[in-house]
Amino acid sequence: MIMSWLRSVLFPLIAVIAAFVVGAIVVLLIGDDPIETYRLLIGSALSWPDGIGYTLFYATPLIFTGLAVAVAFRCGLLNIGAEGQLYVAAFATAWVGITFANLPQILLVPLACFAAVAAGAIWGGIPGVLKARFGAHEVINTIMLNFIAVALTSYFTQYYYKAEGDPIMQTRVIGQNAHIPRMGSFVPGLPWRIPLNVAFILAILACVLVYLFLWKTRWGYEIRATGANPAAAEYGGIRTGRQIVLAMAVSGGLAGMVAIGDVLGYRFRYYDGFSVGYGFTGIAVALLGRNHPAGVFLAALLFGALIRGGLFVDIFSDNVSKDLVLVLQAVVILFVAAEALFRGPFGRFGLLKRSKV
Amino acid sequence: MEDLFSIQLLSSTLRLATPLLLAALGGLYSERSGVINIALEGLMLAGAFTAATVTHYAGNPWIGLLAAIAAGMTVAAIHAVASIHFKADQVVSGTAINILFLGVPALLSGAFFQSTGATPQIPRGQLIPNAPIVIAFLLVPLTGYVLNRTSFGLRLRAVGENPEAADTAGVSVNKIRYIAVLLSGALAAIGGAYLSIGQSSLFTRNMTAGRGFIALAALIFGKWRPVQTMLACLLFGFAEAVSIQLQGGSIPVQFIQMIPYVLTIVVLVGFIGRARAPRSLGVAYSKE
Repeated sequence: MIMSWLRSVLFPLIAVIAAFVVGAIVVLLIGDDPIETYRLLIGSALSWPDGIGYTLFYATPLIFTGLAVAVAFRCGLLNIGAEGQLYVAAFATAWVGITFANLPQILLVPLACFAAVAAGAIWGGIPGVLKARFGAHEVINTIMLNFIAVALTSYFTQYYYKAEGDPIMQTRVIGQNAHIPRMGSFVPGLPWRIPLNVAFILAILACVLVYLFLWKTRWGYEIRATGANPAAAEYGGIRTGRQIVLAMAVSGGLAGMVAIGDVLGYRFRYYDGFSVGYGFTGIAVALLGRNHPAGVFLAALLFGALIRGGLFVDIFSDNVSKDLVLVLQAVVILFVAAEALFRGPFGRFGLLKRSKV
Repeated sequence: MEDLFSIQLLSSTLRLATPLLLAALGGLYSERSGVINIALEGLMLAGAFTAATVTHYAGNPWIGLLAAIAAGMTVAAIHAVASIHFKADQVVSGTAINILFLGVPALLSGAFFQSTGATPQIPRGQLIPNAPIVIAFLLVPLTGYVLNRTSFGLRLRAVGENPEAADTAGVSVNKIRYIAVLLSGALAAIGGAYLSIGQSSLFTRNMTAGRGFIALAALIFGKWRPVQTMLACLLFGFAEAVSIQLQGGSIPVQFIQMIPYVLTIVVLVGFIGRARAPRSLGVAYSKE
């Protein structure tokens, strides 16, 4: 028990340290000072209030996408499509905010949130159905659906929902009644200008709900059983096809919740190309967090800090760009993955092994 | 629309199918040996960036191409070590490499050229617009020959289908798999190099735009066989050529851009059921 707890904390920690070492070597190779770079990276992410405020702001979407990838992983599925799911959701959310702008806030905000979750769930459910019904691999299908989602939302934005004469690819603004408050308006010491909003609280709530769903409900149990050993689950009377669709829909719905913070709490519109790869970073977050909501939360905070710090590194160092963060993420995934054979849903019996890419 | 099947469309199909074909043939070696290679996208990006950078400095595209091959093999070695030696999940390891090579070219181009993702323009005379096409299509019969007529090919297939039996017969399973994954890195990198120093004249951020994944779909569509895979690549190349030709017409550009991606899904849904993957694909081998 203690050993397994130790292992689930120790290994991710080692992976992070290893990633930072590799990152330092890369920084050295391109002719900069790694210590100075990391000082800049970490210092700018942990200052109060701006550093921490922005770190939590960047962590919020990553909590959602990390949870999304984790739920799919628990069912033995790799959802690389969180990116597309959150694009579709963001557009749907903005659409509700524009179309029903006159509804009172108490109705409009929940309606817009529902649109975010529903749109994400549908877009995530499609590859689930294709996998369950036709055995088509979800990895390639979710990637293809990412491209399709970006093209579709860009089409609707350009042809139907852009403000007249606006040179930027973005929709009109959503109604005032669809806005959700910033944390700065009620957290003492946190200035209002920091865009951290109540979606962060929703993200914490989502962590708790995902935990309860996966470990305290029958559906969650069946999803995990399907991920652990599909053949045994099938034999035990679980309809694995249905669990695949359910897991992908829940996963997509969680990814879609990114839209709540971004559209209702930050930009107040759909902005073409708004996501800086939240969906892909979610994979690293989920793996590092060992596909557990608590781990996902911590990993998202780390990656949020990296994004915040990366922006500072980009501006203030001579040679290093914010893309260093992508390298750190990838190395974390590699190290975590190389160790993953010991345990977990993508171990010996994962569905990943059953359908061939 | 009447000139849809023009010579221009045909040559454009060949050119657009070439990077797909190179990557798909690379994937073929890896996957026939039993190692899933979803890292094709990242390998292509590694090849494209290296080719453009080295050609810029060396002034010779062939040196750029060789450097790209070396880079592709180096990156593939990461995937090989992670998934063969450390038995990491092959899909996860490949995904990590794809993310890595979204970042590395941008990071390096920032350090070399003070830009976030693009390399300097290469003069027209230093490009290789045709040679990779010839290489790609010559590789089809060559791959067929290697696979079916050589002892290396026999071992490769044995390792992918039944590693236990191959091992018993004295074949070093992991050695063959290492070679296969390195080969896939080399070929995918040539495919990437063709994008940056063949089709265009510089590297731009994420310039593969999903071609590595489309190549993988073509490989599955082609049932992991060289000739069928080539036909699948030609189909995808044709779809892209048509989509380019239709641009500027009455159909919104976004729908045209979607064609190859939608086609990939249709192909996967329609055909994977009938395609049979190498039996031990995705399963790391360990002696019991």
